[in-house]
Amino acid sequence: MLSLYNGALDVPKILKDWYEAEAKSNYGAYIPFVGTVRSEDGIDGLSFDIYEPILESWFKDWQKKAKEKGAVIKMAHSRGDVMLHESSYIAAVFSPKRRVALEFIDEFVEDFKASAPIWKYDLKNGQRIYAKERSTAIKGSGILA
Amino acid sequence: MVKVEFLGPIQKEALELEIDNLNEVAAILQKDDAMKEWLDNCAVAVNDTLVTSLECALKDGDKISLLPPVCGG
Repeated sequence: MLSLYNGALDVPKILKDWYEAEAKSNYGAYIPFVGTVRSEDGIDGLSFDIYEPILESWFKDWQKKAKEKGAVIKMAHSRGDVMLHESSYIAAVFSPKRRVALEFIDEFVEDFKASAPIWKYDLKNGQRIYAKERSTAIKGSGILA
Repeated sequence: MVKVEFLGPIQKEALELEIDNLNEVAAILQKDDAMKEWLDNCAVAVNDTLVTSLECALKDGDKISLLPPVCGG
């Protein structure tokens, strides 16, 4: 399941909804990762652009990988502005066994950071500034140069 | 006509070009000063599928997207 929201995520509700959806699915492990906007470098918050068609196909590939391991992957992300101490990202894995879920969430979040077509901006002094230094070129970039 | 769109922080209006392949897109964008800082680190998608080579024939109605470096979460 991939869910996109305008603005900050309602973390307790999303975690509860996911828990309840899988409560009777016989998974032994539910491992969520929640990303929260921290106060640093004088920012007021973060803002996000998402290119949804490629995000959806990227996520579908990960759903297939999860299924091969008998697991389920879920992800929620914000569009637009998310202020300090609010959350913009949740990923969670359900699996029969703990070890699979722990390894899978690590691989998933790493690839999310490197490949998911989402752009981050710092909100600072009323400006929206692309977080270029913290961004990663997608694998295969540079072919037009 | 092929549409070229620029995603995320690239502040550039989409282009409509009469072209047959990605080499022509590269040649056009390399002449654009505003694109110089982006071409080295942009990924390219044709009809929403990422490609890793310029050897890609284009047809009328295709959509090319340029994806600059990402940072979700």
